[in-house]
Amino acid sequence: MTAPLKDITPAERARSTSFYEASARTRLELLLDAGSLIEFIGPEQREVSPHLKIFDLPEQFDDGIVVGRGRLDGSPVFAAAQEGRFMGGAFGEVHGAKLTGLLRAARQIGSIPVLILFDTGGVRLQEANAGELAIAEIMRAVMEARSAGVKVIGLIGGRSGCYGGGGLIAGCCSALAVSEPGRIAVSGPEVIETNRGVEEFDSRDRALVWRTMGGKHRRLLGAADVFADDNVQDFREAALELLGLVGPFGLDALKAEQERLADRLRRFGACSDAVDIWTTEGIAHAETVPELPADQFIALADRIGRTSRDAR
Amino acid sequence: MEDLRFQHRVRARAGGTRRSAIVGVVASGNLEVLVERILPDAECAVDIKTAAIGFGEVWTAVIGDFVERYSPGGLKFSINDGGARPDTVSLRLAQAVRLIAENGQ
Repeated sequence: MTAPLKDITPAERARSTSFYEASARTRLELLLDAGSLIEFIGPEQREVSPHLKIFDLPEQFDDGIVVGRGRLDGSPVFAAAQEGRFMGGAFGEVHGAKLTGLLRAARQIGSIPVLILFDTGGVRLQEANAGELAIAEIMRAVMEARSAGVKVIGLIGGRSGCYGGGGLIAGCCSALAVSEPGRIAVSGPEVIETNRGVEEFDSRDRALVWRTMGGKHRRLLGAADVFADDNVQDFREAALELLGLVGPFGLDALKAEQERLADRLRRFGACSDAVDIWTTEGIAHAETVPELPADQFIALADRIGRTSRDAR
Repeated sequence: MEDLRFQHRVRARAGGTRRSAIVGVVASGNLEVLVERILPDAECAVDIKTAAIGFGEVWTAVIGDFVERYSPGGLKFSINDGGARPDTVSLRLAQAVRLIAENGQ
């Protein structure tokens, strides 16, 4: 018989809970210190999308994002979690405004970091203009918060990945942690295939999608700083690790990031597949990387090292 | 979209002290249930917004069965439904009652 729930410590529960499978609210409850989450503009306030009813579509009381404050290992943090199952976690007007408000509060206070648990396909198409504006506002809010000394950490491991405007916002964060099922990109597989043809990118080739946009590749390429196993406790530990790693932000950091990206393009620009990049990086038997279990992959990634002078 | 509203007299007040709770997600074949302790002890209300039109009779049966089984007195349930099957609806309602029956905020 399994042990009753009350006998399981929060850390054990977080360790045995798949980040990918959990809801946004469960992720936050298990990621932060037990019982510390205080939600802002919670579902009981019914701050729903003003656009969806025009399209005769169902609303969600929190518009697909949970924002609030809590504690991480005793220290205060702001946190936001997108619900990837509600409209693909897409950014609408209210959804975006909740994240913008959270980031502006963090900027004003200056010392409390922000965790963003991305799980999004990008802009909610039914709210196109409002959603696009929300992305721009959030990007600005992230940069302003960072300029004020706030660390903004992105955690990516949900079923919708982190696409479209979500990918742009992730690119503005101080640091990112990603798991294998988490994917980071701007244009998704179907978008690339539709616009450039199946010869350019076959969206039905799942192995291609994962090795191009998946967490392992993003970690090896330096786009994500830490690789997490797919459980909430690993993401909690990754967030703590990243909060300790993030350095000061300013023009020098941006110049160093520009240099890193230019160098990356010089080294890998001619590669036509992720496996070619891994081989160029000096990984033996690079074609086996997608099959590596998380612990072996983390050991490999640690040998490759981490980008050190980038802006995030 | 179709809006439905049910009001029942119930035998007893629901347990616990929490003021509100939420379970589920609005997705295809799924629903969210927001439950709030805001009614007199002998009353229960269920407000539904559903994407599946024309299932009023099924909802009447599912809600009637739920109220009979759990006696959720004092609770107001607000549902956003993405076309969930009756068994999923019953499960979410039971989860909502279980969650608000905990003590705390």
